Parts: sequence; structure tokens; C-alpha cells
Amino acid sequence: MINVTIDGVRVEVPKGATILEAAQEAGIRIPTLCYLKKLSPIGSCRMCVVEVEGCTKPVTACDTPAGDGMVVTTDSEELREMRRDVLRLLLVRHPLDCPVCDKGGECDLQDLVYEFGVTAESYRTERFERDVPRYVSPFIRQWPDRCVLCGRCVRACKEVKGVGCIQIVDNGFYSYIGPVPGVECISCGECLSVCPVGALTDSVHPTKARIWQADRVPTTCGYCGVGCQLELNVLNGEIIRVTTTDFDKAPNFGSLCVKGRFGWEFVNHPDRLEKPLVRKDGELKEATWDEALGLVAQRLQQIKDEHGADAIGGFTSARCTNEENYLFQKFICAR
Amino acid sequence: MTNSIACVDKAQGFLVIGSNTTENHPIIGDRVKRAVTQRGAKLVVIDPRRIELAEYANVFLQVKPGHNIPVILGMMHVILKEGLHAPDYIAERCEGFEEFAASLDAYSPERVQEITGVDADLIRKAARVYAGAKPASILYAMGVTQHTQGTDAVKCLANLAMLTGNVGVEGGGVNPLRGQNNVQGACDMGGLPNVVTGYQKVGDDEAMAKFDEAWGRKVPREPGLTLTEMGQAALEGKIRALYVMGENPMITDPDLHHIEKALDNLDFLVVQDIFLTETAAKADVVLPACSFAEKDGTFTNTERKVQRVRAALAPRGESKPDWQIVQELSTKMGYPMSYAHPREIFDEIASLTPSYAGIDYDRIEREGIPWPCPDKDHPGTPVLHVEKFARGKGLFHVVEYKGSAEEADDEYPLVLTTGREHPHYHSGSMTRRCGRINDCFPEGFLEMHPADAERLGLRTGDPVRVTSRRGEITTKVKVVDRPAPGTVFLSFHYSESPVNVLTNPATCPVAKIPEYKVTAVRVEKA
Ligand code: SF4
Ligand code: SF4
Ligand code: FES
Repeated sequence: MINVTIDGVRVEVPKGATILEAAQEAGIRIPTLCYLKKLSPIGSCRMCVVEVEGCTKPVTACDTPAGDGMVVTTDSEELREMRRDVLRLLLVRHPLDCPVCDKGGECDLQDLVYEFGVTAESYRTERFERDVPRYVSPFIRQWPDRCVLCGRCVRACKEVKGVGCIQIVDNGFYSYIGPVPGVECISCGECLSVCPVGALTDSVHPTKARIWQADRVPTTCGYCGVGCQLELNVLNGEIIRVTTTDFDKAPNFGSLCVKGRFGWEFVNHPDRLEKPLVRKDGELKEATWDEALGLVAQRLQQIKDEHGADAIGGFTSARCTNEENYLFQKFICAR
Repeated sequence: MTNSIACVDKAQGFLVIGSNTTENHPIIGDRVKRAVTQRGAKLVVIDPRRIELAEYANVFLQVKPGHNIPVILGMMHVILKEGLHAPDYIAERCEGFEEFAASLDAYSPERVQEITGVDADLIRKAARVYAGAKPASILYAMGVTQHTQGTDAVKCLANLAMLTGNVGVEGGGVNPLRGQNNVQGACDMGGLPNVVTGYQKVGDDEAMAKFDEAWGRKVPREPGLTLTEMGQAALEGKIRALYVMGENPMITDPDLHHIEKALDNLDFLVVQDIFLTETAAKADVVLPACSFAEKDGTFTNTERKVQRVRAALAPRGESKPDWQIVQELSTKMGYPMSYAHPREIFDEIASLTPSYAGIDYDRIEREGIPWPCPDKDHPGTPVLHVEKFARGKGLFHVVEYKGSAEEADDEYPLVLTTGREHPHYHSGSMTRRCGRINDCFPEGFLEMHPADAERLGLRTGDPVRVTSRRGEITTKVKVVDRPAPGTVFLSFHYSESPVNVLTNPATCPVAKIPEYKVTAVRVEKA
């Protein structure tokens, strides 16, 4: 263990911890953008700059290991100005198009620009061409001009999913996130879930909503047995997308697969049964609940009376809840 | 799973067998890949196809469908011969070892090579890699269980894990990956013929007396029928009425023609589902249910963790949550139920089920709890059998290889094995109705090795007819070297090419799981 002093607070952290981790331990927030706990730090955006006693230049907290006895300052007018400069430069490329961006309201860049009081696009240049190539996944729309080149998506795809089908292509002002030739995207949406801005957006549902307009209901995925935790985003009684915003939640820690993240459209499908059906003259016709349940009750009773309770079988379901399976069981056994 | 999903991060080695983990349990597959690439964990993969994880494996054994057992027996033979086993663990915690050890004599790698065609040295290598990693985790799925000797194969894996001291340790274990969201929970709730909730035996008088009292009715003391047996009973007229909640046997059961006859033979069929599935279309009454997005409740995941499901939407049209439908029907039939919310049902489950006793909705509001959780202060049990086995001593079972029910012959020269593809799910009733997913992945393919394709004069995209002893379907072929020569693969998501028309209803005598993974077929250009 080593001792570090951050803004006057002394903390003990394991050797190898970064300055950022030490600050978190001390309960002190350092602004970040390219950093994400589940990814390896790359120190590229320079939002997290801090002053270290004895160092002439500020260092990036996210990828600089804390040293024993280190004294760190996380906030000063100089640091703020540096951070503002980082943001101003990002805004050269990133349009202030928050009013039309899906991410508005939960965007790291928006929050930081607001927090640091950057009120104008200070440097102007030509706009980035919007119709850059189609993204690797048909479930995701790419907005290259909004990209802050933090590389979170690239790292997530490679480090979390072990896929590695995207990379930063070209350089300088014209760089964008593009495909890695020969590597197939599995449309898991990991990249989408970690993008701090609106450079990658969900393209499955045409309707979008601001974070404060939609309900976000945490639940368990209905597909495989892993039981991933996800959030159904609901607007006007309809699912509009699935998100994962809690990266600390087991068992999936914010990751999903294509089914969990993009496979919810069946819920809104017009084929959904909305009324009981009863067979009349060989055809299934709509009926009331009373009629349908009445018929089931009467026929089951009749078969039980004639052939005994064992002549009635039941299939419970791996798709239904525990409560439903239990109740079904109780009904079949105790009826 | 005996262990938790988080345990994957603690394993130094893996044996992945009969599980295409990255496609079917992607989140667990990711973790295995990370363990291998980022921590240098060792990986042995046994599968009939060169699945993605095979690319990450230290040893990949491409077995023919049905050859899991001899290969595992061969590995255990090597482990024992080379002294790679865990004698102290075995002496302290297990029994039946001598007889078991003797039974392995017959399965030298050379003999196994004769049976399976898998290179003896590769079997040795696999044994050394798995036994050399401590702890090592076994991950398996339907590729192990959907065989006539499925239960034996599971016992084999348990033997292997005990032999190397890997049961009851973090990062180890014998871990079945459950295919469906709540298969674990459905079984926990007594969805098996011989048990009620929490695996309390139907024959156990004390447990049953508790249910008699709670339910106010005398609960049957005789085990019921399994899914596959029910089909037979329907054909014989012993079962006259069937109430199907949320299942689609007309796509997912083996030998669909047989199932169709069984359903046609019923006097009365009720199906409760969210869509008019192939099975619902045959029903006398169809009851519209709610999807997972429209109801409250719990699912129990593959690591036994009880997690909340929450209603995000109002029921669609007049549909109702399944629990409510069952409750209304039961009330109509003179056995009243009046739960106001699934929470009340859960509390009743907890009161009757020792392994769920300590769990309630408040405790799992943020994060689920893995059973057994016997009381309210218990944190749940991520790893089973820690200090001792649930039954006391871990019992080694002697397993002999018997072979699959069907083998390739002149008339049906290829072996078909079935499974899923990553974008789709099960019978396809959900993912095939997701516009974007289905647009991107609209059709299934028969995977075939280039050598077989050349012999048959087939190229990717060619329409083919696949015929087994039970029926035929048409689909398109995809020529890839994922399956070995002689093996072909089809997924079962596509009702237009229902692969279960072909599959064999022969079942494992213990688990009654059909042998979906081995079907002798003939493939011709259509
Ligand atoms: S969808 Fe998944 S596989 Fe595709 S680029 Fe994003 S992270 Fe990579
Ligand atoms: S697309 Fe998003 S996550 Fe990727 S580099 Fe750009 S801003 Fe970062
Ligand atoms: S957050 Fe540290 S450099 Fe980007």
C-alpha cells in the first residue's frame, strides 16, 4: 500500500493504483472523458489533468500511477483553463447539435462543456462531412462529426467483447471510427453503450426520447440463461430501445448481445395476441375472457370426471417467471 | 451452475464442451475470451464444430457428435496414469473412487482414438492442460446433455472435476449453461415430474404434507410424466387434455410429425402464449399472455441467481400475465386463488422452499441472490459444495460408453447436429419477429464441410433437401469448415425449415432429454 495526498486528503491505495483511482478512494471527482473503468486507460483526451508536486507539467490522472508520498492537486484555475481548451478543441469538430442529438441530457461532453462554461464554438473550420461510410453494425447509426475520438468504442469492442472489428481510421481532423478489414461485427452494441457522446446511436426504433421523457425500467433479459440486467426505455407505452447504464451490475456489467440489446421489437409486433381465441367450426375466433376460460374450465372438468386427473397434462415454461411456474404447478397438482 | 458467472474470472483453465458459448451465452463467452487473452488462462474446447472459442483454445478436440463420453474417459485415464489427479481431495471428500479408477483402464487414449478418431496425443494434451490448471472450470451446454447418454456425460464431467479437485472451489466447478432465461427457475419451481419446488421429492412424505397443508389439497404422491413421455401418453389416449403455457413443442420437440399426431389426438388443447405459435394454431382455446416486458416477477439465471423482472408496459390489448390467467382459471374450476401481485406468490414459494426461504423482493431490488439462501440473513450461495458435497461425499460414477441411438450408414451417410445461431433465439417466435434482426439474419443454412460439399456437388447458397428416417426439409447449404467432414449443422430457429422434423425422439433414459444432437441424414440438391 502507498500513501497519496489529494487536495489535502490523505488516502492509502494499493501499489499500481492510478491517481484517478486514488482520488476516487478519497471521494474526489476528477473530470474524465476517454476513461472508463472497465477499459484500459489510454490518457488521450487530457480532461483528467492534475498537478503533482514536483512535476513541472500537469499529468493525466487516469493513466498515471500514484506514487508513495505523492501530493496531487485536482482543481486550479490553470487546470480549468486546460480543460476548457480540451473542450474548445473538441468543439471544432463536434457540432453543438445537442437539440437534435439522441444523447442530449446524458452526454459526457455536454455535461463537461456546461460545467466548464464553454459557451461558444471558439475555433471555426469546415464541417466534417456527415455521410461517412455506414457503420459496421446495421443496428447502430454513426455520426462521425460528433465523435470525440476517445476510442472507448474501439477498446470496448476489443477488450470487453474480444472482437476488435473497429479502429480509428485516417488521422487528424478527418479521422473517424471505421472497420477493421476482415473482422466481422457481431452487433452486440458494446461500442454504443460506452460512447460518451452521440456519435453512435441506436437505429432500431425511429422514435427517440430524451432521458427525462422516457421511463427507464431495470429488468432481466428474456432470452438466454445468463440473465443480463438491462433497462427498457419506454415512451408512450412503447419500448423504444434498451440501454445498460449501470456498469457495476452483475452478471453482465453493462454488456449485452445482439438479442438483449436490439431484440425487443417482438414486444411491439402486430402479431401479438390481444384477445382470447376459441375454436368454432374448425377455426380460431376471438372470444371474451369469460367465454374462453369458461370453456377451458368446463372441458377440463369434464375430462377429469370422465378419465381422472391424470388425463390432464400441463407444460410449464422456461420462458415464464418463477411465480407463474409455481402457480401453474399448484393449479395442476391441487385442482 | 455449481459456481457463479463471476467465477469465470478466477479460473486458471477451462474445459468448454458442447457449448458454443460465444454465440449462445455471449456474456460468458466474452469472459472466457478475456481470461485467455488477458490473463493467459488455459482453454480446452471439445465440440463437433470449429466454434469461435476453438480459435482461442490451447487444445481443440473436434469430436463427432456423440463422442463426448469416450473422449472424457480417455482424458481421465491419462490424468490418473500420469498422476495429475488430486489424491488428497479425493480421499477426503469423495467416495467410489477405486471402482471408478478401475473402470478407466479400458479407455486408453489409443482405444479412444479407435472409437472416436480423435488423435490419442491430443487427448493426452487436453488432459494435461485441464488438469494442470488450478482451479479449472468446466462449462457445458446442450451439446453434452441432448444425447441418449446425456446424463452419463454429465456424470463423466462431474467425475473429471472431482478427480482434479475442482468441485467446491472458486473458479472451478461443473457449470451447465442454461439455454433459456428461466429454465433454471422453471425446474426450481417443480417443473420436473418427480419434484416440487426446490427439488423436494414427490415421494418425500414430510415435504408433501407441508404442501398438502399449504395448498389445502392432497398433492399427488406419484411422479408425473416428462415432456417427451406426455407426447407418447397423448398418442395412447392416456392424456386427453393438455394445457401448454409458453412453450412451442411444434418447433422445439424432436420428430415433429410424431408430436403433431400426439396433439391431434388430444380431446382438448389449451395454449397460453404471446403469439399464435405453431402449437397455438392447433389449440382449441388460445389465451393471450403478457411478454416479459409487461409483467412483474422473477427469473432464476444459470448461476441460480434469483433476479427481478419488472413490468415496463401495460398489457397488450386484453392480454394478461400468465400468473393471472392461471389464477382466474383455477378460481373458475373451484380452487380459488387471489394473489394481488407476484410478490405474494413469491413469498409463498419462499415459505415452502428451503433453498428460496431467505429471498424476497426487497432483498433483490438491486441485485439478485443465488440460492440456496435459507434465511433472511444469508447472503446466498455463489459456489456450491464448498466444504462438503450436498450429499456428503462426492460420488464417482462408473460410466461406460454406449454410443448414440443413430449412426451414419449408407442410406443416411451424414450426421446432423443442431443448435442456435447468435442473432436468433430458440423457436424463433421472438427474434424472427424483431424486424431489424430478421432483416439482417433472414434465413438459416446447413453448414457443411467443403469435402462433403464437393462430393455432393454443392456450393454455398444451393438449395438442398435434408432427409432423415423421420422426415425431410429443405434449406440452403453454406460451405464452411466449421463442421468436420461427415458432420452437418442446422439451427432450429426457422419454421420454414423445421429441423426437428428430422431429429430423433430417442431420449436419455434418466433425464428424458431427446437426442437432438445426433441424427443420421442424407443431403441432396433440391
Ligand atoms: S457492435 Fe459490438 S462487435 Fe460491432 S463494433 Fe460495436 S462493440 Fe464491436
Ligand atoms: S464513436 Fe464515441 S466512443 Fe467511439 S471514439 Fe467517437 S466519441 Fe469515442
Ligand atoms: S480521461 Fe484521462 S486522458 Fe481522457
